Amino acid sequence: MANKQHTKAKTMQSLFFCIATASVGILFMIMIFLFMEGIPLFKIVSPNDFLLGKYWYPTSDPPDFGIFPLILASLYVTLLSSVIAIPLGVMTAIYLAELASPRVAEIVKPVVELLAALPSVVIGFFGMVIVAPFLQKTFGLATGLNLFNAALMLAFMSIPTICSLSEDAVYSVPTGLKEGSLALGATHWETIIRVILPASVSGISTAVILGMSRAIGETMVVLMVAGGAAMIPGSLFDPVRPLPASIAAEMAEAPFRGDHYYALFATGIVLFLFTLLFNIVADFISHKYRQVGEASL
Amino acid sequence: MMDGDKMEITKNGFPDDRSETGEKDPNQTGIKVMKTECADSETEIQKAVKKLQSRRRFTQKFLFGLFRCAALVNGLALLIIVFFMLKNGISAITWEFLTDVPRESMTKGGILPCIVGTVLMSLGGILVAMPIGVASAVHLNEYARPGKMLRIIRLGINNLAGVPSVVFGLFGLAFFVTFLKMGVSLAAGALTLGALTLPVIIGSTEEALKSVPNTYREASLGLGASKWQTIYRVVLPAAMPGILTGGILGLSRAAGETAPIMFTAAVFFTPDLPSSVFSEIMALPYHIYVLATAGTNIEATRPLQYGTSLVLISLVLGMNLVAIIWRSRLRRKLK
Repeated sequence: MANKQHTKAKTMQSLFFCIATASVGILFMIMIFLFMEGIPLFKIVSPNDFLLGKYWYPTSDPPDFGIFPLILASLYVTLLSSVIAIPLGVMTAIYLAELASPRVAEIVKPVVELLAALPSVVIGFFGMVIVAPFLQKTFGLATGLNLFNAALMLAFMSIPTICSLSEDAVYSVPTGLKEGSLALGATHWETIIRVILPASVSGISTAVILGMSRAIGETMVVLMVAGGAAMIPGSLFDPVRPLPASIAAEMAEAPFRGDHYYALFATGIVLFLFTLLFNIVADFISHKYRQVGEASL
Repeated sequence: MMDGDKMEITKNGFPDDRSETGEKDPNQTGIKVMKTECADSETEIQKAVKKLQSRRRFTQKFLFGLFRCAALVNGLALLIIVFFMLKNGISAITWEFLTDVPRESMTKGGILPCIVGTVLMSLGGILVAMPIGVASAVHLNEYARPGKMLRIIRLGINNLAGVPSVVFGLFGLAFFVTFLKMGVSLAAGALTLGALTLPVIIGSTEEALKSVPNTYREASLGLGASKWQTIYRVVLPAAMPGILTGGILGLSRAAGETAPIMFTAAVFFTPDLPSSVFSEIMALPYHIYVLATAGTNIEATRPLQYGTSLVLISLVLGMNLVAIIWRSRLRRKLK
């Protein structure tokens, strides 16, 4: 009887272990299938021309498969959106962890969560019908669908990520450090900037990187709001075509397993590697500089 | 006299944090007493200290105001978006809009197929993701020992959570639609969404399992139950409300996603409700995208676009609110 139970317990344990590896399995499958459908492109275009080629005309004859403008567009949009999102996200996090009374925090936290829950297509739609005409009128632009608009919308998609992860980081700073600083005569603000922020900097950097990773991979917003021109942008208000937008917009028209189809999968590989890199760096930082107590400062 | 002087300096030099929290400032009275006692002995040092102190206090007030503004901006962003969708969308919401199929190349009629499609597909996705996600979380929280394997699994989950939604779409297209020959179908979309929501479910289940006090486990093990019996009979039931909350959050995430279903499940237009798991479907998010960017008459269908958006955000935010309120009740109970 006891033996039977023991066997059962062992079986369950290995079963759970197998299921837990499913996530790793799915991640591998994603990689395998992306590469399977993307690699054939490199029979006709060299990886170098693909990554650094300045022209993306997949449907002309002969087609040009250079995703450099798309990569640049993705990077610009992501950087600009983080310029907006990092201060707002981190400041909100500090407000929540340090300043807000528990009752206020109980209202603000769900608000941030709801902001995170807004479907990307709705934010894209909002940017298209409300923000774009507004930008066009105020700044007298040719089109309101441009780099700046996309970055603004993306910022509000990455703020919740940055905010909630930074808040955890700030919250987990040992109280002893804070009390020590206050007891030495520092003001609350001085304690925040000189003690709490340095102590939580690894957590906050992780949050920032993950927020940027969310922004670079976000599709619907850039598809609807960025304007869609596959050129190297010259100003903040130029229309651009980031990587995910290109994939989403063209996949429906690309002939199945034609060169264009392969090119879009290859674009997917580039995007996937970007986010993978961001995530691995974030993971590395959070492990390497993890705050394990007052002693490790 | 000397003692008094010293005291005043230290008191004045000591930053006053309590005024922030609204407590009465004890320094105030101290200063008054000092002033009457030794008004003539105010030295340059004291003046400088006072000046510095007021500047520090001002910096703090100013910056904390800025922090409050930052928090406010988030709330405003949410409010503005919801407000515009409500204002422009509410007039489109009629009984017909919710229960009719799209007519006249989607310029009139309703969005019933989209609602049905979205509900079925996200439920399907969650049905796939829940068992796998909960089991993974049980392994991570109950069985796993720190080590290389655990590190790899965690890295896998974190990276899966970071995969862009459009890449999930490509994966679904290459694997479910093409390789498994499911075609563009409800099943392919549901499975893709399942893979996408898996990290959400794992995360929230783990949190739920962590909130089960260890004494529960120890009591059960102490009574002679095996580890599996403890998990099955004690830990999981105790964590169930938290796990279900995570399920709701996952469901709302799946319902709002567009990019993963563009190539795997959703089509431009199909008047029929899905008849099997292999039929093509319409979905709310994709419908918004199609109407707003590629419809037959983009300007004329604006009310329909707002209406569809309103339905989608009510669905998604509604589910989130339920989850948030439920969770905060749970937390209070556990305290």
